[in-house]
Amino acid sequence: MRRADPSALLALAALSAVVLVWSTPLLWMAVASFRPQNFGGLDMAALWPDFVPTLANFVEALESADFPLLYLNTVIVCAGTLGVQLVTVTLAGYAFARLRFPGKELVFYAFLLQLMLVPPILIVPNLVTITRLGLYDNLVGAMAPYFASAFGVFLMRQTFRTIPKDFEEAAIVDGATWWQLVWRVLIPLARPGMIAFGIVSVVSHWNEFLWPLMVISSPDNQTLTIGLASFTRGAESASQWGVIAAGTFLVAAPLLLAFALFQRQFVNSFLFSGVK
Amino acid sequence: MVAEAEGRAGATGMGRTARRVSARGRAEALRAGMLLAPSLVFLAAFTYWPIGQVLLQSFTIETFGSKEVSFGAGNFERLLADASFSRALVNNVVYALGTIVPSVVIALALAVGLQDATRFNATLRTIVFFPVLLPLVAAAALFMFVFLPGIGLLDYYLGKLGADNTNWLGDPDLALWSLIAITVWKNAGYYMLFFLAGLQSIPLDLYEAARIEGAGPWARFRRITLPLLGPTTAFVLVIALVNVITQVDHVVVLTEGGPSDATNLLLFYIYQQAHENYDYGKAAAATVLSVAGLLALSFLSLRTLERGIHYEA
Repeated sequence: MRRADPSALLALAALSAVVLVWSTPLLWMAVASFRPQNFGGLDMAALWPDFVPTLANFVEALESADFPLLYLNTVIVCAGTLGVQLVTVTLAGYAFARLRFPGKELVFYAFLLQLMLVPPILIVPNLVTITRLGLYDNLVGAMAPYFASAFGVFLMRQTFRTIPKDFEEAAIVDGATWWQLVWRVLIPLARPGMIAFGIVSVVSHWNEFLWPLMVISSPDNQTLTIGLASFTRGAESASQWGVIAAGTFLVAAPLLLAFALFQRQFVNSFLFSGVK
Repeated sequence: MVAEAEGRAGATGMGRTARRVSARGRAEALRAGMLLAPSLVFLAAFTYWPIGQVLLQSFTIETFGSKEVSFGAGNFERLLADASFSRALVNNVVYALGTIVPSVVIALALAVGLQDATRFNATLRTIVFFPVLLPLVAAAALFMFVFLPGIGLLDYYLGKLGADNTNWLGDPDLALWSLIAITVWKNAGYYMLFFLAGLQSIPLDLYEAARIEGAGPWARFRRITLPLLGPTTAFVLVIALVNVITQVDHVVVLTEGGPSDATNLLLFYIYQQAHENYDYGKAAAATVLSVAGLLALSFLSLRTLERGIHYEA
């Protein structure tokens, strides 16, 4: 419609330029990880794949870090965190959405406090607590501060609010107890909210670094990000940029692949919190 | 609703109804307590208790070689006397302004420019969103090469334009800005999503009416889009603020605060004091100041931004 408009064309050019700049680091990662090793050669930065692709960088990355173990630990942390979170946020979200009780507003603000005072800022006292609980160098220690989630409670409260009360009243008329109601009626209806929260939670814990770095000490309990950091340090000193690209690729691939497959759900879940 | 109905039944059996209502209310409160308990246990252990704990620790002074402790402001005095801390504080302010302003502006521009649902726009949005999914550590690993002097991505292509090599991470005047670039690259796509959602809630007939009255694209953006995105902008700013204080993974991987504290940020300073120097008193004092600052800032930013939100229906 406005295709002939010169200012629109200019805007399009500016946007394309931004997107081009944005894409280069990941484009480089993709190209460099398949580039034959040339030990610090000068054309390492070239974005044009003018070579026969090789898996040598991936082979070397997989040999220099225990990726299966790192994947396993990361999956355990993500699944364990999310599993507990889903219980805590669903219950609390329901209470805030449906029940009346004294001091409700005050308690809600007490929950919201965690939106600001996120666990990373409290690493020093939390490390003391985790150590006293005997969870130092334990994957549970890496998960525990996230078991309660103000963001999740907020999200589930909104979700329960969008479910008409008629459903519950009908179930009560049918003689369902309140927990049957939650389990058989509310949770199935609240599934979109739970999926949205699940995606955000898994992405943030897959990517988390500083807290696991503090809590985990033995190599057996390392997660992907910690493994990548130490692996990068080693490969950097050897100028093995292709291997770093391959390692980064391996760490990021699961989420990037999941995003490519379930783009709509991903975007919706990241937006959910913006809906208010 | 049930209570209301019973209240209206009033006149005949007032006392009995009131008792029944309060019994029901108590049962409901008890149920609420049970449902909230699991969350509250973990919030107490990892949010409320640590705040008390860190406050206490920040005022506790341990004497070297003995078990005796005394209380006082000594940790804060040592903290404020530490040049690294004030450097980290100043750096964090520069880092916050340097990342939040460009990433929010770019995010808004991308959202407005790419809002129409065409296949081309969807592809561009995906490209901008990809860095959001990348761990910050992985982004740092990639940018280690991007910033590599001489043969890295940046110098390689700038070199073709005739520029000299630059030590992006090693030059104290540049290093913080290099980290800022990583953060902007990583977060702009995230904020773009919120603006895209905000744009969808603006009624199209507003634009139509403005066009009929002869408002150009820039006027329409300033008079309609920007004010109506007020709540979204407030929300994005708060998220961005939390991000610049709580995310220092790239500092750990790339610079470790250096060269000469040029990239030291508050949380990295805290991490360093606790994890490397085992100076828990100083780390606790720094945490207390950060927590207080974070609370004050978020309160202020919400308050100020609320004033710009009158347009919301």
